[in-house]
Amino acid sequence: MRSSVKGRGTSGLGQLIIPLVALALLVLFNLFRDPSFFSISMATNNAGNPVLSGNLISIIDSASELAIISMGMTLVTASCGGQDISVGAVGAIAGAIFVKVVLGFASINVGVVILGILACCVVTILFKMFNGTLVAVFRIQPMIATLILYSCGRSIAYWINGDATPQINSPIISAMGMTIPGIPVPTPIFAVVLVGLLLALIFRLTNTRLYSQTVGINQGAARLNGINPVATKLLSFGLLGICVAIAAVIGVARLGNLSHKTILVDIEMDAILAVAIGGNNLGGGRFRLSGSILGAYIIQMLTTTLYAMNVATVNVKAYKAIVIIVIVVAGSPVVKARLTALWNRLRSGSAGTAGKEVA
Amino acid sequence: MQNDVVLTMRGICKQFPGTRALNNVDFTLRKGEIHALMGENGAGKSTLIKVLTGVYEKDGGSIHVDGSEKEAHIRSPQDAQKIGISTVYQEITLCPNLTVAENMFIGRTGDRIVHWKEYEKKTAEILNSLGIPARPRQELSRCSLAVQQMVAIARAVDMQCKVLILDEPTSSLDEKEVEMLFGLMRDLKRRGVGIIFVTHFLEQVYAVSDRITVLRNGELVGEYVVQDLPQVELVAKMMGKDLNDLADLEEVGRKSLSGSEVVYQAQGLSSTESRPFDFMIHQGEVNGFTGLLGSGRSESVRAIFGADRVTGGKVMVHGKPVRISKPYDAMKASIGYLPEDRKRDGIIADLSVRDNIILALQVMKGFFHPMSRSQMEQFADEYIKALQIKTASQDTPIGSLSGGNQQKVILARWLLTHPDFLILDEPTRGIDVGTKLEIQKLVLQLAEEQHMSVTFISSEIEEMLRVCSRLIVMRDRKIVGELTGSDLNQATVMKTIAGGEQ
Ligand SMILES: Nc1ncnc2c1ncn2[C@@H]1O[C@H](COP(=O)(O)OP(=O)(O)OP(=O)(O)O)[C@@H](O)[C@H]1O
Ligand SMILES: [Mg+2]
Repeated sequence: MRSSVKGRGTSGLGQLIIPLVALALLVLFNLFRDPSFFSISMATNNAGNPVLSGNLISIIDSASELAIISMGMTLVTASCGGQDISVGAVGAIAGAIFVKVVLGFASINVGVVILGILACCVVTILFKMFNGTLVAVFRIQPMIATLILYSCGRSIAYWINGDATPQINSPIISAMGMTIPGIPVPTPIFAVVLVGLLLALIFRLTNTRLYSQTVGINQGAARLNGINPVATKLLSFGLLGICVAIAAVIGVARLGNLSHKTILVDIEMDAILAVAIGGNNLGGGRFRLSGSILGAYIIQMLTTTLYAMNVATVNVKAYKAIVIIVIVVAGSPVVKARLTALWNRLRSGSAGTAGKEVA
Repeated sequence: MQNDVVLTMRGICKQFPGTRALNNVDFTLRKGEIHALMGENGAGKSTLIKVLTGVYEKDGGSIHVDGSEKEAHIRSPQDAQKIGISTVYQEITLCPNLTVAENMFIGRTGDRIVHWKEYEKKTAEILNSLGIPARPRQELSRCSLAVQQMVAIARAVDMQCKVLILDEPTSSLDEKEVEMLFGLMRDLKRRGVGIIFVTHFLEQVYAVSDRITVLRNGELVGEYVVQDLPQVELVAKMMGKDLNDLADLEEVGRKSLSGSEVVYQAQGLSSTESRPFDFMIHQGEVNGFTGLLGSGRSESVRAIFGADRVTGGKVMVHGKPVRISKPYDAMKASIGYLPEDRKRDGIIADLSVRDNIILALQVMKGFFHPMSRSQMEQFADEYIKALQIKTASQDTPIGSLSGGNQQKVILARWLLTHPDFLILDEPTRGIDVGTKLEIQKLVLQLAEEQHMSVTFISSEIEEMLRVCSRLIVMRDRKIVGELTGSDLNQATVMKTIAGGEQ
């Protein structure tokens, strides 16, 4: 039997309350621990350009790939009611393609880089269409449909560059991964904004949002209202593909090399978590991108905080897990319903007790 | 209190965001009594039941069982079951992907090791004794809505209970099945079970009930003995309107309008679910498919709309051949379809009332032409007013509206697309008496003023007779007759449905 609280979408800001509170608590905790934790200063980097530095900048910067992939993951989750666990592995393939294309030219200029990014997008979209077809046409659970690429993607990435980990030395690439000379804000942050704006624009100019939510909630009814569920699911996989490509390019540019083992490693799990922390229903349906983006920054801030507290690397994951469990439970429908009931009782406290006394 | 009371609810209050669903409601149920709970859509009937069975937590008031002085604490449906309250909810709450037998016994096997063989045998017996046409090992989702509803009833009745609650159990049953259910209810009544019965069919109330409690806008209007409350007065109490207003509503007349252009015509149309049939409708005509449940009436209209996979046949719209193989093709040909099973095929539960209203129109406008927010709000507003949909706001998820109001939202969705040809499969299911007449009037008005063609399906023959000028009768998935003019009377229709004299 279905429980009555399950799956009721909270409207308005409701969904964002838990992640916002979690973020606020993390910020307060850090301020309490180290009042200068969030201070930002101007520094000069190796190339002699002025850059902003500080924990806050580094958190926002290093969360970029996660934030971008979380957005795509949100869409797939909404329309398919499941998650893609191959984003990291396909990201590695995308990175390999990017490196291969870019290194194929004698000199690296802007045109070459754009070509590389485009090639990267084409490849990820193709891979995601493969996943999407399995999910939408053959009705295979997304996690199973993406499992194959999850397990072999990094090997494919390794083969693409002839079993090597190639280096790229180019000022353009490092500007993409770090900062553009003259602009003190790390470039990946702009990429997040760009992807966010792109999706916002797509939501504005098309019915992507309405369709994917409808398909995710009630596929049969969606069809009876003229929506094509297969196309809708493929579309969200396609958009996820673009997100993966961009994240992969950032990942390569950040390090100036491609290491198929470490690029975007474990990002699928963090991305799924970001979607969940953002208050989105992992079973599909209504979603909020802003929630997932918030989730991504929460995860990154947590990691940075733990490192700042000198927690040993091996223990970081354990602590992270504990905090995330707390956030996810706090955002669960059961706890939420309880909290809402409590809140309502507090608010109408006087009226409620008066009624009881009469009875 | 007298000791024949099985259940007392006092001063029950329940508040939802933006809605006061119940305000200080009292309700008393006696042993061996069938007690009808009446009220318009959104009056709070289902909420009262859900508070009683622990689905919702009440904000105030008390519940006593068996005349005991101690308050009963019911926190979950399981608690309710334990103290002998069993319930059939308005929306079917069984598991569609389990078998009939599993649905009958799941959650009731205790901690014992489950012997499914034995349960399947028991299920077969129960199904047999209630005349439910289903097999124990059949997957529930493969059964018709009516059978699912009967299974839900069988599940509830089979439990040893003191109180049985039936929330609109008859909405998708036909007369024979309703009679069977009534027999069952009378049986239980003799055994001293108290029964709470919610329905919008007034005749059914008068056929079985002993007492009536009327709710309006979440407030108690009163409790009456059936004999003391004539039907007209009951309606007036439910609607809070004078009888004069009602008399005005009764003046729905049938209008026959044919001879004009043929809007839709099908020859040998068949789908995976329906046998080949011919069908056509004129501009401004209101016709209907009738027949017993399972006669294929719903499957036929689904074939017209391309809801099931179409396997053959020629279709002409406005005299031009078109291919309709999926719902979108039908929508492009200006056909609208309100499905029979609103929970499965109609509502997008978590989306707002607004999104649910504009959905079909938005799809027709195309993927690259989203409506502006203000336009959506305007459309939603217009139809919330026109159909008097009771909702806290446009942003309320449709899933939290009352059953009848959800139905109105889906109706609004298709009216908004202004189709040339609108198919309504059980549009008044779960809709209260007043609104039912309004909808019938609306259908006739659309046909007359906007020249819309409407195909209407309803389990209620009177309703069909009131709106349709032509009835297509189906039996065993075949069209067996077509009635017009003076043949449109209850007796002839019944005879044709049943298959002549036999
Ligand atoms: N889960 C919920 N969340 C918010 N509002 C709700 C919820 N359930 C019911 N309501 C509101 O409470 C009111 C009473 O609803 P209820 O379902 O009890 O009506 P009803 O009398 O059963 O109507 P119907 O005849 O249409 O089934 C309605 O206005 C409805 O919108
Ligand atoms: Mg109800």
